[in-house]
Amino acid sequence: MLIQRPQDIAPSEITTEALYHGRRSFIQRAGSLALLGSSGLLADTALAAPLTGFRPGAPLPADKPTRLKDITSYNNYYEFGLDKDEPARTAGALKTRPWTVTVEGLCNKPRSFALDDLLKLAPLEERIYRMRCVEGWSMVIPWVGFPLSSLLKLVEPQGSAKFVAFSTLADRAQMPGLQRPVLNWPYTEGLRLDEALHPLTILAVGLYGETLLPQNGAPIRLVVPWKYGFKGAKSIVRIRLIEAMPATAWNTAAPQEYGFYSNVNPDVDHPRWSQATERRIGEFSKRKTLPFNGYAEQVAALYTGMDLKKHF
Amino acid sequence: MLPPWLTAPGRRALVGLKIVVFLAALGPLAWLGAGFVTDQLGANPIEALTHSTGEWALRFLLLSLALTPLRLLSGLGWPLRLRRMLGLYAFFYAALHLACYLWLDQFFDWPAIGRDILKRPFITVGFAAFVLLLPLAATSFKAAIQALGGRRWQALHRSVYAIALLSVIHFWWLVKRDIREPLIYAAILAALLAIRFASRLKAAPSRL
Repeated sequence: MLIQRPQDIAPSEITTEALYHGRRSFIQRAGSLALLGSSGLLADTALAAPLTGFRPGAPLPADKPTRLKDITSYNNYYEFGLDKDEPARTAGALKTRPWTVTVEGLCNKPRSFALDDLLKLAPLEERIYRMRCVEGWSMVIPWVGFPLSSLLKLVEPQGSAKFVAFSTLADRAQMPGLQRPVLNWPYTEGLRLDEALHPLTILAVGLYGETLLPQNGAPIRLVVPWKYGFKGAKSIVRIRLIEAMPATAWNTAAPQEYGFYSNVNPDVDHPRWSQATERRIGEFSKRKTLPFNGYAEQVAALYTGMDLKKHF
Repeated sequence: MLPPWLTAPGRRALVGLKIVVFLAALGPLAWLGAGFVTDQLGANPIEALTHSTGEWALRFLLLSLALTPLRLLSGLGWPLRLRRMLGLYAFFYAALHLACYLWLDQFFDWPAIGRDILKRPFITVGFAAFVLLLPLAATSFKAAIQALGGRRWQALHRSVYAIALLSVIHFWWLVKRDIREPLIYAAILAALLAIRFASRLKAAPSRL
């Protein structure tokens, strides 16, 4: 059960300075793009635009949000390059409209959703979540999005549906990283249905009050705050309800290193490095990593009776 | 008449060259330091420092190993006079790299560091490489060579090949998925060793 607590940071407080500066850089980028390309390019190109009308929905006290500059310049998004600063440089031209997300599989009402339908599907909420990368660093990100459950309930999952599989965009024309076979493209991720329906699991469409930038997974991405960051599939195009546990990108690439569940767990080390601590971006000292990334109270019950060292 | 770069520089020219190389080799450190204080090292400056010092250690190590192949291929012998300095810079950057790990990554948590060295192969080989570098750095001056005797000194310093190999493996095992960079260093090391090996084959075919 989700514990509802008053939010300790008002959105107006967190969005002041960082967002103010962020807006300016977005405007500058828009300006330079306009100079570089046609107005058509500008219209089709993903640039952060203010999202309006979202409500402060974060039920959990969160830590101080990471700088917008860091959230948008330190990204693992291999479709746009393997270095963390590459997506910010190469993803800018990603075409995010028109965009459709197909939801299909074991459900009574499979259908495709246009992005605008998704944005109106449920009230947008701000969720300030910790994001723990499997590499040992973390951020605090003020996402804007809606619960994945709102979408799944619309298509009416059938009783036989046990898992949800996510496929992301793999467009060679737009994504230079796809030329390298580092992972099986398209990038796929998956959740157990009860994980997918959990109120903390959201589809994010924005952060810091503006639409997502491509390097953060525009136009729509998965956020599962108690799991390692790579579970949060970016730029989603297809969601399938299925019976068997789906193959996922990192699990397929290195099954002994990245499990299907990949819940944040300080007691289960990565074979090559410890997961006991993490470096919060913007901080000097390291922090202790918390079980389920600090969301144990909300999600531990999903795994009652499971050996989390085996099902890592 | 040989072209000027083939002839050994005179004493004064060599001293000048050494000063230039000495200062240039401090460049990466200066650049990192400036980047750190001006917030130009990206979102994770500590990771950038750790990775960068490690890569520079490996670069200087390979540079120091490149001078003999250079002589074998081109007959250019005088650059070998810079080898000790390059080797000591490899040690210098390796020490900074280790300091980053011990301080900024582990905050001198010795039990955790001990576990890390025992449990994680990439830390194990990296640490082994550094430990093996210590006696080489410690015997890098003239009196040590004389005390040890040239032959023993040389035998000791042959461990640099093992150190280079361990360093490349350390890098290789550290990366998550993208092995391009470690692969480049591995290829350079392989080429440098192949040149030495080929020349030994040529010089003493009966021994091999």
